[in-house]
Amino acid sequence: MPDINMTEGAYNYAYLDEQTKRMIRRAILKAVAVPGYQVPFGGREMPLPYGWGTGGIQVTAAIIGRDDTLKVIDQGADDTTNAVSIRRFFAHVADVATTTRTEEATIIQTRHRVPETPLKDGQILVFQVPIPEPLRMLEPRETETRTLHALSEYGVMQVSLYESIARHGRIAKSYSYPVQVNGRYIMSPSPIPKFDNPKLDRSPALQLYGAGREKRIYAVPPYTPVKSLDFDDHPFEIERWTECCAFCGSTESFLDEMIVDDAGKRLFVCSDTDYCEGRR
Amino acid sequence: MSAATLPSPLLSARNITKRFGGRIACHNVNFDLWPGEVLGIVGESGSGKTTLLNCLAGRLTPDAGSVIYETASAGTVDIHRLSEARRRLLTRTEWGFVNQDAREGLRMGVSAGANIGERLMAVGARHYGEIRGSAADWLARVEIDADRLDDRPTTFSGGMRQRLQIARNLVSGPRLVFMDEPTGGLDVSVQARILDLLRGLVERLHLSAVLVTHDLGVARLLTHRLMVMQGGAVIEEGLTDQVLDDPQHAYTQMLVASILPV
Repeated sequence: MPDINMTEGAYNYAYLDEQTKRMIRRAILKAVAVPGYQVPFGGREMPLPYGWGTGGIQVTAAIIGRDDTLKVIDQGADDTTNAVSIRRFFAHVADVATTTRTEEATIIQTRHRVPETPLKDGQILVFQVPIPEPLRMLEPRETETRTLHALSEYGVMQVSLYESIARHGRIAKSYSYPVQVNGRYIMSPSPIPKFDNPKLDRSPALQLYGAGREKRIYAVPPYTPVKSLDFDDHPFEIERWTECCAFCGSTESFLDEMIVDDAGKRLFVCSDTDYCEGRR
Repeated sequence: MSAATLPSPLLSARNITKRFGGRIACHNVNFDLWPGEVLGIVGESGSGKTTLLNCLAGRLTPDAGSVIYETASAGTVDIHRLSEARRRLLTRTEWGFVNQDAREGLRMGVSAGANIGERLMAVGARHYGEIRGSAADWLARVEIDADRLDDRPTTFSGGMRQRLQIARNLVSGPRLVFMDEPTGGLDVSVQARILDLLRGLVERLHLSAVLVTHDLGVARLLTHRLMVMQGGAVIEEGLTDQVLDDPQHAYTQMLVASILPV
């Protein structure tokens, strides 16, 4: 446990008070013990708006220590406003080293992506989650979704995939693609592209998901099976591109499409900036 | 026939009582429903018909009494003593429930095919082609054009929605269907068509059903046996034709006499 070194006018270590961090750690332990189950926790007001990563930042604050090296990404990039400000926040309040290198980080807080570089044993991936309930759009009542989870009644999730095929000829959902964790709970992997779903399966890293507005924490322990839902005759597929990255030439990474001039010239570049720079 | 070879009742209600505060919604109701039988519950609004139906179907817990059901494979169970998980499984596999308002029984936001396929997917069907095949088959059986398979129920007429709701319930091959005014609020020709359809399906699939209605014409057409309720109590019961042609209780006589002649 980090030593509590409060001086006049300063924040407690890692911003949150020790009681709050203990409460969040208890929620995390429960979440790890029951993979994919959404554990309620007493979310605090954080110095950034809901939707900017209040859930992720509380989880990070609860697990971070002085020996950690923190990486923060937003849509795969280390240099966007959200990533820069959260990284600077923890450098200030938790006195930790920060990095943009995936291999060097012990904690990676992320919004919308899983790094392309394979994660290792001992690393922790913290997701910022806007809507933790995968059944929310299908069943608006919280009491009912909890019952559906408790009894593993997941027919309705399959109904939404059926509807997608009926309407578009394929499962058109491209992000926040529902997964089943360890053969039990259906979980929303936060709005990562479905391209990243296979990286969650049996990942050596611990995955923690924090939803600040809805005050839920859930987790996938290392090496836990994570299966993307599908039909036997419409198996799960990830996005493919015909182009390669314009900077590093990668054909394996998730590409962002950019319009670069008024004539509509398009360019495809890696969304993971660290991966892309490492290859150049 | 010896007692051993007699079929046992599919559903037995024993002393069902339900109160809402001091108000008694149904009081001491007893009956047996036999396999292949359609039981009608008639009475005026507020007589406790729907409350009784909800108690039978496990949607409401009665204050006293029990509902005994003979399952397909696991012997008899008391519906209200089952775990919630088993009761819910039972209600979406062996039972069906047709609401008066089809919007309550359907998912209005997804296509007809997805509505019909939901029960199949809920019990583990994971082959899109096969689910769609059964959905198309059931759509035909309830006389809806095959090209409406991918349309949402919001684009359906009232009668079509009701037929879709019936298909959605019957796709899992239930043995017992609860119906709450299935033709209420529909115009007469649509009503006749749905009654015709229901009568055919009940006979072909050897379904048992409990039908709540205030319309004695519907009861006459569909049900084998009739229970007349007033103020939460069953005041008369018997074969449908017998009750309607020779009502004994003064209230039933009034009810039969108040059918509007055409």
